[in-house]
Amino acid sequence: MADFLNTPVGIFALTVAQALALLVPLLIAVAFMTLAERKIMAAMQLRKGPNVVGPFGLLQPFADAGKMLMKETIVPAGASKVLFIMAPMLTFVLAMIAWAVIPVNEGWAIADINVGVLYLFAISSLGVYGIIIAGWASNSKYAFLGALRSAAQMVSYEVSMGFVIVTVLLCVGSLNLTDVVLAQKNLWFFIPLFPMFIIFFISTLAETNRAPFDLPEGESELVAGFFVEYSAMTFALFFLGEYANMFLMSALTSTLFLGGWLPPFDVAPLNWVPGPIWFILKICFCMFVFVWVRATLPRYRYDQLMRLGWKVFLPFSLVWLVLTAFALKIFGWLPA
Amino acid sequence: MITDSAIAGLAFYAFSAVLIACAVMVVTSRNPVHSVLFLILGFFNAAALFLIAGAEFLAMILVIVYVGAVAVLFLFVVMMLDIDFVRLREGFQRYAPIGAVIGGILFLELIFVLVTWQSSGEAGGLRLNPTPSAVSNTQAIGQVLYTDYVLLFQGAGLVLLVAMIGAIVLTHRDRARSRRQDIQAQIHRRTQIEMASVPVGASIGDMGILRPLPPEEPKPKAVAHGHGGHAGHDDHGHGGGHH
Repeated sequence: MADFLNTPVGIFALTVAQALALLVPLLIAVAFMTLAERKIMAAMQLRKGPNVVGPFGLLQPFADAGKMLMKETIVPAGASKVLFIMAPMLTFVLAMIAWAVIPVNEGWAIADINVGVLYLFAISSLGVYGIIIAGWASNSKYAFLGALRSAAQMVSYEVSMGFVIVTVLLCVGSLNLTDVVLAQKNLWFFIPLFPMFIIFFISTLAETNRAPFDLPEGESELVAGFFVEYSAMTFALFFLGEYANMFLMSALTSTLFLGGWLPPFDVAPLNWVPGPIWFILKICFCMFVFVWVRATLPRYRYDQLMRLGWKVFLPFSLVWLVLTAFALKIFGWLPA
Repeated sequence: MITDSAIAGLAFYAFSAVLIACAVMVVTSRNPVHSVLFLILGFFNAAALFLIAGAEFLAMILVIVYVGAVAVLFLFVVMMLDIDFVRLREGFQRYAPIGAVIGGILFLELIFVLVTWQSSGEAGGLRLNPTPSAVSNTQAIGQVLYTDYVLLFQGAGLVLLVAMIGAIVLTHRDRARSRRQDIQAQIHRRTQIEMASVPVGASIGDMGILRPLPPEEPKPKAVAHGHGGHAGHDDHGHGGGHH
């Protein structure tokens, strides 16, 4: 067995098995997240939420999936067919492949590469293509406007996200995600870098096109934005991709600031709980905040969104980056 | 039996073939948007080639900078432009020789670089061991970039800064005559609810609720700006009280 796993075929088989072990739970989590979001928002608005299909509405996601599968995929007459079909697939695939480098526990990453943080940043910056291609290929005004908004928004918030990540990396001294988590053994980074944690979380809201920054789909002005022409399975792929991206950003926030798989304190009852459970709990906390924000805040206006990104977050994160570098240098805390 | 180097070789030829096909499609495809998308696919394959060569940092930076930012803006512009595809093809015959000459020169330069790299005695040591052992690829680049080449690095940054300032100076138009949101003023506004009786037929401009506009700058009449010159069109002909 050990011999087989060292051959190229064995490595391939092992990687496929690992990928399935990660992606199948992820997709199930995405399915139940759609239900959880509706339930949480219902509770916040004093409603009941979905409660008809199955006990407590637990089978609602499967009913929705069944409906999506049964419906007809409509390709508009003026659409660029290949790109129109490709865009949702691209969104979905990008949301999946980024998980390859996320460490769920010490040594539990499918690919524990040296430049893991950069890989994640690269993949998340590619997410804009699914949206922009969908908007262009639909050959529709609303879809195109949504795509343009989304492109400008994602590029803007990536800049300050980059600075936040650089600040964290200064404190770690490595681009490897496992090293990032291990560097938080004594103190999670959200305490010393609290302002950056807030900026990062708000930027992930913008990066995943979530409320209050869901202008690309702004239903009151753009019908549904970039996916207005999509139906059935192509729509479902966008939906799944968006939620998988939210999970990914939650995982990234947990890894960079909330100590990944580490328990809050390394003391007896807490460190009996296995690392992956802590990691999942932290992701769930971030996802809850995503939904909480959506239920609480009204949508930003477009100029306010741009002002926040370029005139508030960018200068602030830049100054904080320089301050962090100075502090590390002066107090001799630079990692070796 | 399949070996690691065989797989690396296979991957190299696969990515190179796709890269070259993409490059051809960038030039030949009829729709400029498709051209840009093929360009992006080309960048991606180049990044994969960097990965095979062991330059993981460069590969990721190529994807982040070129695919994630530059190409997005490029795609943005190409989608927005109203391009006449027939006119775009017009000069092809005329410009093809110039393009071929430039391409040929670049190709020759590449050959020169590679031949020198292969034959020069000084490059021998570097060729054997491009990155010092026990140092990751990223650290190796940092050590060279911020020590030996720090002046060139700073110089490149300055050039980019000048380009950025130039672009802003060329495109910035100061819209002094339009109202902007002043968030500080909004936050520090009086909070009690105000009631006012509005005369029938009065507009909001007559109520003195709106902030007054900044005074109009004297402009030479010959320059016709899009925003100046028709103050009567605004909803605040005479600025009222200030809050």
